[in-house]
Order: sequence, then C-alpha cells, then structure tokens
Amino acid sequence: MTATLPNIPAKGESVLRLSGISKNFGAVSALTDIDLDVKAGEVVALVGDNGAGKSTLVKVLAGVHQASSGTIEFCGQQVTLDSPAKALDMGIATVFQDLALCENLDVVANLFLGHEMSPWALDEVAMEVRAWTLLRELAARIPSVREPIASLSGGQRQTVAIARSLLLNPRLIMLDEPTAALGVAQTAEVLNLIERVRDRGLGVIIISHNMEDVRAVADRIVVLRLGKNNGVFTPDSSNQELVSAITGATDNSVSRRADRKASHVQGNLGGAA
Amino acid sequence: MSQNPSSNTQPKLDRSDERVRHDDSLAAMAKGFFDRVRSGDLGMLPVAVGLVVISVVFSALNPVFLAPNNLVNLLFDCATVGVISLGIVCVLVLGEIDLSVGSMSGLASAMVGVLWVNQGWPIVGAILAALVVGAGVGLLYATLYNRLGMPSFVATLAGLLALLGLQLYILGPTGSINLPYASSLVRFGQILIMPDWLSYTLALVPGLVMIGRGLRARTQRLAANLSAQPMQALILKAVVLTVALEAAVFYLNLGRGIPWMFALFVALAVLLNYGLTRTKWGRSMFAVGGNKEAARRSGINVRRIYMSAFMLCSTLAALGGILSASRLASSSQQAGTGDVNLNAIAAAVIGGTSLFGGRGSAYSALLGIIVIQAISNGLTLLNLSSSLRYMITGGVLAIAVIVDSLARRSRVSHGRA
Repeated sequence: MTATLPNIPAKGESVLRLSGISKNFGAVSALTDIDLDVKAGEVVALVGDNGAGKSTLVKVLAGVHQASSGTIEFCGQQVTLDSPAKALDMGIATVFQDLALCENLDVVANLFLGHEMSPWALDEVAMEVRAWTLLRELAARIPSVREPIASLSGGQRQTVAIARSLLLNPRLIMLDEPTAALGVAQTAEVLNLIERVRDRGLGVIIISHNMEDVRAVADRIVVLRLGKNNGVFTPDSSNQELVSAITGATDNSVSRRADRKASHVQGNLGGAA
Repeated sequence: MSQNPSSNTQPKLDRSDERVRHDDSLAAMAKGFFDRVRSGDLGMLPVAVGLVVISVVFSALNPVFLAPNNLVNLLFDCATVGVISLGIVCVLVLGEIDLSVGSMSGLASAMVGVLWVNQGWPIVGAILAALVVGAGVGLLYATLYNRLGMPSFVATLAGLLALLGLQLYILGPTGSINLPYASSLVRFGQILIMPDWLSYTLALVPGLVMIGRGLRARTQRLAANLSAQPMQALILKAVVLTVALEAAVFYLNLGRGIPWMFALFVALAVLLNYGLTRTKWGRSMFAVGGNKEAARRSGINVRRIYMSAFMLCSTLAALGGILSASRLASSSQQAGTGDVNLNAIAAAVIGGTSLFGGRGSAYSALLGIIVIQAISNGLTLLNLSSSLRYMITGGVLAIAVIVDSLARRSRVSHGRA
C-alpha cells in the first residue's frame, strides 16, 4: 500500500496544499475557496467559531466528504480523496471529533480496525502487544485492552482514537478537538505527542477551541470564519488579534465582556474609595 | 496467586493497572461469569436453561421424547433450518434482517425437484443452480440496500412474496415433485449415519483443538509478556467439553447414531465461526454492525461487507432448502412456508445473536435451533395441532426477543454495549 505513495517530503517541504476548496451542502456553502498549506514537520492549528467549517474541512481531507470544487495536492501530487480508505492508504490519519469508534469491539479491535494483522488468521497476540506499546507511548491509563469501548470513559476513548491514528505511520495527521475530553496529564501528553510527531517530519493539523493549547504547539494558526480563510497568525499574536479574526470584529462579545468586567472592577473600586 | 515467578519482578503488559480485577483462579472465574450474566452478557445461558426446561417438561409428558432415536430424528430436522439460521446470524450481526429465507429455501427445493427430476439435469448441476440463484438473490438485496438505501426489512419482505410466487410458478399445477428414494440426496437426508468409531473420534476433536490452541496462545502470550489463561482452567474446560460430547455421542449411538447431514451443519457452523472470529472479514462484520460510519472511516468497504452478508444468507437459505427437500424426499408448494422463516430467526436470537446488530456467534444458530426443534418435536409427539404449535413457537420467539432486549438494556447500563 506504500507503493503508490510519493516520496516522504523532507522537512519544510509541502505535505498538503489546498487551493480553492469549496464544499456545499445543498444551498449552504460550508467552505468557500479555502487555501491551506501544511509543510512537513509543521503544526498548523485550525481555529474558528462554531460553524466556521473546521470539521468539514477535516472531513474533506479524510475522504468522508468530497469537495465540490478545488484541488488537493498531497506530497506534491494532485489527488482526489473519494473514500476514507483512500485517504488512510495515502497516509492521512484523522482523529474525528466524534472519535468514530465501534463501541461493541474491544480496544485492540478498534485500534486495528480495517488494518488487522494477518487477515486470514488474526494475530491477536501481536496486535495486543502493539496496542499496549502504543498506549504506553501515550501514557494512557486504559485498564484493559480486552474490554469493549463502551466500558471506557470519554478521555480513555479519545486516547484510543489518537493511538489509532498513529498506528499506520501517516504523513499527515489531523486531530479534531483532540484534548476536549482529556485530563491535565493526558492533555500534556497529547501536546508532547504532537511535538514528537512533528519532529519526526509529519505534518499536523490540529483543531482546538483552547487557545492555550493552540499557542503551545502550533507553528502557524489559520483562522476560518464562516467557511472562508480569515487570516494566518503566529503563536505570538495577541489574544485580541486572534479573537477579532475568529469573530470577525474588534467589537465582539468577547471584547465587550472583557470591557464590562474591567469597568465593573473599576466601579467596585470607585465604590470602595 | 502468581503462577509464574517472573510476574513478580516484571509486571505483565496487561496487568499493570491496579484498578482491574483479574479472574485467574477457578473461583474468581466463576464469579466473573456471574458478574457478566448479571450485567446482561448472557452468552449461552438462555439456551442451557431452555434445554433443561424443555427436556424436563416434554419427557414428563411423553417419555419417547428423550429416546435416542427421537433425538437422532431431532438432529436430522435441526440441520435443515439450522443451515438457514447460520445465514440469518450473518445479517443479524450487521443489524439487518432477511425475512425471505423461508421462501428462498422453498424456491431452492423446487428448483432441485424441477431441474433434477423433471428436466433430467445431473443432481450436482441442479444443486449448484439453486445455490447460484440463492447467491443472486442475496446480491439483489445487497444492491437494493447499498445503491437505493432500501431497508433490508422491506426488500426481503417483498422478496418473501416474490420468491414464493416463483416457487409456485416453477412447480406448476401439480405442485409437488417426489424425489427418488434410492438417490444419494434423499439417502443423505434420511438414512446416512456416521460410523460409530468416527463419531467418537470426532467428538474428541473440539477438546483437543481447545487444548492445542490454548497452549499455543499461552506460550505466545507469555513470550510477549502478556498474561495467559491458567492451565487448570483450560484443561478443565476441555475435559468437561469432551466428556459432554462423548456422552452425547454414546447416547445417540444407542439409537441410529449421528446423521451426516447434522455433521455437515456443524462443519458449516465451525467454518462460519472461524470466519466471524478469526478473520478480518469477521472483524469488519462486527464493526459495521456496531457503528457503520466508524467502520467506513476506518477504511472498511462497508458495501462489500453488506454484499457478503446478504449473499451468504441467501445462499445458506438455498442450501437449507435443498437439505429439507432431501429430508422430505419431495419438492412441494409447502416447502419453506409456515414457520421456517421465524424458526430460523428465532434460533439465532435464542442462541444469543442480537437483533440490534454487532453481537452474535455462529454457534448461536447451532444451539438455538436445537432448542427450537426440541420444542417443535416435543409438541409433535404430544399430537398437538399445528395451530397450537404455531402459537407456542410464536410465544417462545417473543420471549427470546424480550430476553435479548432486556439483556441489551442491562449491558448499556453496565457499559458493555
């Protein structure tokens, strides 16, 4: 399955280049003319408000949805991503927001789903060992890999989903809200992991609402707003700048709230004086 | 309770989490079993309870019920609908259903009669033609489902009527074709019995395979620093299984012995069980049954999985129809009608395959059909009319589905899906 792949791009070369990607759901255009560039060894954060099109873009790249127009270049070759299997085989791994795990199967089965070792006589021992090694790397606290996913907590499920994306040695890994359900230690582990993956020369796209996490790992921050590109920022841009790009105005609910807080505090101080 | 000294120094990969209780000793294993049952993971328990109740009730009403030769007849009858039920397991695992298996089996039996007896085809050709038509019908259902999104419930309900019509059409006005008694097909369905020595030998195989595979898995797991099942449990299970099988074979050999037709059914069940539990195809079946979209996003070709299940189901239904023609030595308008459909579905559900998809096993058809046929056989011995038999079988199916639904609810609340 690696035979059809172009060469692994060197660090700094483009892994993924999107130009003019649009996606319509009936009359709604979820994405309009999106351009995005991800280089090998780079973490790109995709931020935006709810409904900005982040998850839709990820699903287009994962082969779940097909773009209405636009071109996708992967490792220097123009590609069409018409099925999840194709995207996976090319080396695009995704951690979906809804995790996409099968609750009736155990952890090992979920990790290897669709890519089992020795398809005609499943090698359960080898798969279990690989599963434990992978989960160890993620410092995961999974009590047993032979329990169905249904018995795991939200955070444990998220760890399983992340572990699964790493299993196939992808070129590009996309994480849609990877830390949403995670505790403090696990969040740190996932951020460490993202850095390790980046250092191995993979491209990483991360979606998050948590600006702290985004700033901590991202090399570039791409803002989407209402399905369109709305600026590219560096991690040291101010919160003000990011928020105004995300909401599309300098006068927005976040800034108004901050102002109100400030004046409230001042008012209190005035009253005390 | 450590069996292996090395486990004290270096924790096993899967034993490093102190929150998990590990049921290693026999007592702990028994406790684990009761915990599973209480959380709704019933496994084969309903079958065991059902069989005990049925044996007690029917043998009290008519002692012939437990006579060896009656049980041999029971096994002959099990094989026909049981093979159909194996196919039902495949579609139920996906959370779909095929309501036309009865009509499909009737059509297959009619095809064998018409092509072989009336048209003079060689018997193998007639059987193959019936199986190919079965596969074709399954392909049609899968295409309707995959391309048009037609619910399998509706597609196969339409198929139930259409296939029955086709069966009546090809049988023509006479409506019934007798198959020659001396033919190998009819002998297979009525007379052919395994030699005693062979049945005793084959009854040893499951236990030996269990020990062989258990030992291999044990060495591999210990080598890979994983925990392994304790030896005593493995040997105990194998011994209990072997003793039970040998006792059953001994008892049946007091009568005519084990029918070859039942052996064919068991072989198909073992094959399907291997496919479902030990291959990538089986893993994909359970994945699609559990969460179709997740399976698709893992790169599984979901359409092909549906196609394989529907085709397997219809082909096995056709095979079941051929076996029932050989059992009855005739192809008639009645073949595949009446309770065949529901018996096949009920057998799978009673055996523990969920109607809600994602859970099941090939052996559920094997055990479930024994329960269903035991009821049907017992009622026949009591000379009850078919009206009463239908009502009682209907009630049993309802109870099986209620048990399945309650168990599922309990599993959800215990986090076992």
